[in-house]
Amino acid sequence: MEPLARLGRIGIASLERLGRGHLLLLHIFSGITDLITRPRLLVAQLHSVGVLSMLIITVSGLFVGMVLGLQGFYILSQFGAEETLGVMVAASLVRELGPVVTALLFAGRAGSALTAEIGLMKATEQLSGLEMMAVDPIKRILTPRFMAGLLSMPLLAAMFSAIGVIGGHFVGVGLLGVDEGAYWSQMQAKIDLHEDIYNGVIKSIVFGFVCTWIALFQGHDCVPTSEGVSRATTRTVVHSALAILCLDFVLTALMFGE
Amino acid sequence: MSPQPDDSNEPLVKIRGLRFYRGERAIFDGVDIDIPRGLITAIMGPSGTGKTTLLKLIGGQLRPDAGTVHVDGQDVHKLNNKDLYRLRMRMGMLFQSGALLTDISVFENVAYPLREHTRLPESIIRKLVLMKLEAVGLRGARDLMPSELSGGMARRAALARAIVLDPKMIMYDEPFTGQDPISMGVLVQLIPRLSKASRLTSIVVSHDVAETAGIADIIYVISNGKVIAGGPSEQVANSDSPWVRQFMDGLADGPVPFHFPAPPLEADILENATQPPADAGATL
Repeated sequence: MEPLARLGRIGIASLERLGRGHLLLLHIFSGITDLITRPRLLVAQLHSVGVLSMLIITVSGLFVGMVLGLQGFYILSQFGAEETLGVMVAASLVRELGPVVTALLFAGRAGSALTAEIGLMKATEQLSGLEMMAVDPIKRILTPRFMAGLLSMPLLAAMFSAIGVIGGHFVGVGLLGVDEGAYWSQMQAKIDLHEDIYNGVIKSIVFGFVCTWIALFQGHDCVPTSEGVSRATTRTVVHSALAILCLDFVLTALMFGE
Repeated sequence: MSPQPDDSNEPLVKIRGLRFYRGERAIFDGVDIDIPRGLITAIMGPSGTGKTTLLKLIGGQLRPDAGTVHVDGQDVHKLNNKDLYRLRMRMGMLFQSGALLTDISVFENVAYPLREHTRLPESIIRKLVLMKLEAVGLRGARDLMPSELSGGMARRAALARAIVLDPKMIMYDEPFTGQDPISMGVLVQLIPRLSKASRLTSIVVSHDVAETAGIADIIYVISNGKVIAGGPSEQVANSDSPWVRQFMDGLADGPVPFHFPAPPLEADILENATQPPADAGATL
């Protein structure tokens, strides 16, 4: 009976965490009206969550685009279709790699930082201190970070895709001799605003929502010790990565499934 | 001259039948405490008796399993969020760690409650903050970041922040722990000075007997989830109760045993000798 009881305990604990996570999310939403009167809080977080993630996103985007250019060229040239390289690079980036890789990088760079920051604020009683100053720490600390994550992710994903397309151009056109006109015109003709770009943007908004929620919840719910903060930070990266990949499948199936 | 309480005779904080459990363990098991207005009340007891928990219960950060906590006539745990936050604006709390916000300067930390709760012009905020920093001797440290402060300075900066809204009551969580003699002396002097100057009701939670007994008007001693002594400080300091004597005189053994409950030593040792633990040999 003991393994069964343990399984039950794990199940109940997981459901409890899920419930706490949703309550936290509602509480975060309730702070959005306060944020309108204090836009400076949002701007500061947009800088730390979004602007400071730009370097890793642009560098990664460039290399991913260059790899796509190389791989795409060798495969497409076997069919004499290397002129469609631009479409292949852009579609891969806008539909899939842009939102997914950006979200994975975002979870590693900004998500872990958010968890560690909130966890340490909890461990050093800063959140309790705010409560005792009659300031709601969730509205004042978590809501601006949540909104910053939600707004930053689609912008970062767009940047990733744009730089990736340039990387693909550099390798395909610059190094491997694909016709420049074909690279751009095929891309322009075949990439659809609704089918490709809007769906990519929707994906990145969903990933931004989930990654930031996971990061903030893990920080807020962690055991306030150094070990607790470290475990929470690891959980943020692992849970975010799993959530991104699972959600990507679900969203792709919903968007492009027959 | 014995200190006189505020105009109202009703205690500012009235705790009745308080029970609070952590899992199976009772932290408080029927605690009654009155905190009179305008005086310094010390809550003392060995480590782990839930002194900080008591402050969190008074501040409404934790909910009791039974019993009531009234602050200024209001049942803290029956208030809605808005009223609870309004009540907290009349309370200050000095955390053991200081709990200063680490990304803003000392000045901004002290100004934080003013900026959050008032619409005062910047010039008034500046004057108020400088006055409070002057009161704790840190006017010159206003531009430092919390990471640049010593432990004692951080606690004084946090004290300035706790009093910046001129609260009715301030709660000190272990104010003397980990302080060097000079910082300790400064705090021992500051707490009664602030209390008397602003007729502030102070609750000092501490296990530093000499310092706390020296500044407190009223002392409560808590052990094993119950109040074992309470009253004017001289009365408690001279109590004959073996519980109180053990705590006040720092005796290693007494009603609070030196040993954590365990089976007899012989049985433990012999059992270990014949049956090595399953993970013997495992190292870090």
